[in-house]
Amino acid sequence: MKKLSLAKLNDFFAAIAAKQALYLPVNNKVGKADFTKWTAGTEMSKALNTVRSAKDFFFPQTENLMDFKMEGKNIEVIDSREECEDFVVFGVRACDAASFAILDSVYLVDPVDSYYKNRREHGTVVTMACGKPAETCFCGTFGIDAANPAGDVTVWEVADGYMLRANTEKGEALLAATADLLEAGDEKAVEAAQAKTREIMAKLPLAGLTFDGVGVGKTKELFDRPEWKTLSESCLGCGTCTFVCPTCQCYDVRDFDTGNGIKRFRCWDSCMYSDFTLMAHGNSRNSQVERFRQRFMHKLVYYPDRNNGTFGCVGCGRCLARCPISMNIVKVAKTLGGNK
Amino acid sequence: MQEMMKNRAYALLENGTVDRVLGWTRGEFAYDMTPAVFRNADEVKNGFVYNDFCAANLSKYLVKECRAGGKILVFLKPCDTYSFNQLLAEHRIKRDMIYVVGIECFGKADVEKIKEMGIEGITGITAKDGIYTVSTIYGDKAIKPADVMAERCLACKSKKHVVYDELIGNEGEVVEDCNRFDMVAKLEAMTPDERYEFWRGELSRCIRCNACRNICPACTCEQCIFDNPNSGVSQKAAVNSFEENMFHIIRAFHVAGRCTDCGECSRVCPQNIPLHLLNRKFIKDVNTFYGDYQAGEDPTAKPPLGKYEKNDIEPGEAGGAKE
Repeated sequence: MKKLSLAKLNDFFAAIAAKQALYLPVNNKVGKADFTKWTAGTEMSKALNTVRSAKDFFFPQTENLMDFKMEGKNIEVIDSREECEDFVVFGVRACDAASFAILDSVYLVDPVDSYYKNRREHGTVVTMACGKPAETCFCGTFGIDAANPAGDVTVWEVADGYMLRANTEKGEALLAATADLLEAGDEKAVEAAQAKTREIMAKLPLAGLTFDGVGVGKTKELFDRPEWKTLSESCLGCGTCTFVCPTCQCYDVRDFDTGNGIKRFRCWDSCMYSDFTLMAHGNSRNSQVERFRQRFMHKLVYYPDRNNGTFGCVGCGRCLARCPISMNIVKVAKTLGGNK
Repeated sequence: MQEMMKNRAYALLENGTVDRVLGWTRGEFAYDMTPAVFRNADEVKNGFVYNDFCAANLSKYLVKECRAGGKILVFLKPCDTYSFNQLLAEHRIKRDMIYVVGIECFGKADVEKIKEMGIEGITGITAKDGIYTVSTIYGDKAIKPADVMAERCLACKSKKHVVYDELIGNEGEVVEDCNRFDMVAKLEAMTPDERYEFWRGELSRCIRCNACRNICPACTCEQCIFDNPNSGVSQKAAVNSFEENMFHIIRAFHVAGRCTDCGECSRVCPQNIPLHLLNRKFIKDVNTFYGDYQAGEDPTAKPPLGKYEKNDIEPGEAGGAKE
């Protein structure tokens, strides 16, 4: 356990940023936190979480996959991949840190997604334990501990600074490279901070929420439930829930005509959209109730079915806070699971 | 208010005036009500909720509901009635399939503003004697509704219902000095470069979730051009900043002269982009160039951008940057 005094925080950021790009939550012009590249003078946000999740670092909203250049009847295929440079993301919360394992289970299994893997290998994740979780938080439902997040390094905020613990080789390397700014830390300060966070978590309205009524093997039981119609009735079919979600991982591949060639890119897609998985014959899900069901069945049943019961949700609460009509995974799981 | 609304819903369902009721249903917390359709008195009894956090404009749902057959009761706030009239004028909804109950509005609360006051861990909110008591896991806090009123309500243009079958509460007046164009005037006073910077700063946060478009009562195309894979501009991502800007600017042009300024676009934006300012600029320009016009005020009025008169302003006379 290491300790960084409050006075040395900026030196710590500067030391990291001198060697690689450093991103951390910073308040934007409307006072909401975004992951932003650190430069001298950048102030870290005090917000509980960022509006967009940390998945952007490994699975960006758009990325170029390859280029095609056309000359006469010849088409040249250009591999536009470049080796990613090392970077550090500081201040990732336990929920987002847990989402990386879910993204890994999709992108790092055969066939490995080289674009994603490249970023994962070059990224160092520094997580930060939550001090004051909000009423929309329910990471505990999935066994995630807001007071003890994963990541390469875990940071706890204490009265006069920060406590740091390396969890991986990458994390050890980061702390070794900044060793002259760190001192030995006391576990007790961390335990006190953790106890405080856990006490808050236990008092929040979603404490003790379980997703027992949904999960592995429930496809037949849940697929034709009449509640889907009422739950989805006022869904706008927008992509807000999908795009702020740290675990939503679907994408579309599109061609962008540059005039003398093609840029083939991929971009986030949303199962809430009318042209999601559009095929030559048309769309496989023609109504919003089917699209809505797909999103929640994927997270609550299909994904757990294939991943030893792990849900495709980490309880970050972004969809609870952001859905324009305030419909969300907690309401869905409670309605279907009879847990009210 | 909630009890009066429920009682009217029971009565109108009971006597067969309506088959369904469009309102709001309770949420997980004190502030996250969801628009919902109620099909019988029991559903109303168990689920119907109305309070200062029921902000959604329900008018657009009527496009879908009119196709379902039967007659539906809808509760509309004054600003929502302008959207309703505009949908009528555009033949998107059928008047005889809808029973409109206008509800008096004192302004809606924005929970984001409560949270911005540093109030965390909210477990309940109650309103009594003009004060909200916000219960949190750290204790209760008393706040004034005016301090957390939604931005759009601070510049409310009308407390008057322009259409209804019956009213609950008192009827209000059009608010003449609502100051809703103040920010537009500030933007107009900027240099083109400053204005470009302002909008890049805002629109660069866009994630193309389409919430603004999908909630918009003026956006009722059966298939939006941005959803048409053959259009070349389909919606899933902005390839570059040009597309990011143009999506919103094109949308603002498309609803120009039809946008009633209900403010739903800005309310639902997950990135807090003040999209309503684009629409307000067009509303202000229409007022300036064609005379005062409020979309939705009169469903039989000829829209200024939908008619031609010989003395209409010429593009060169409209002003703007001459660089």
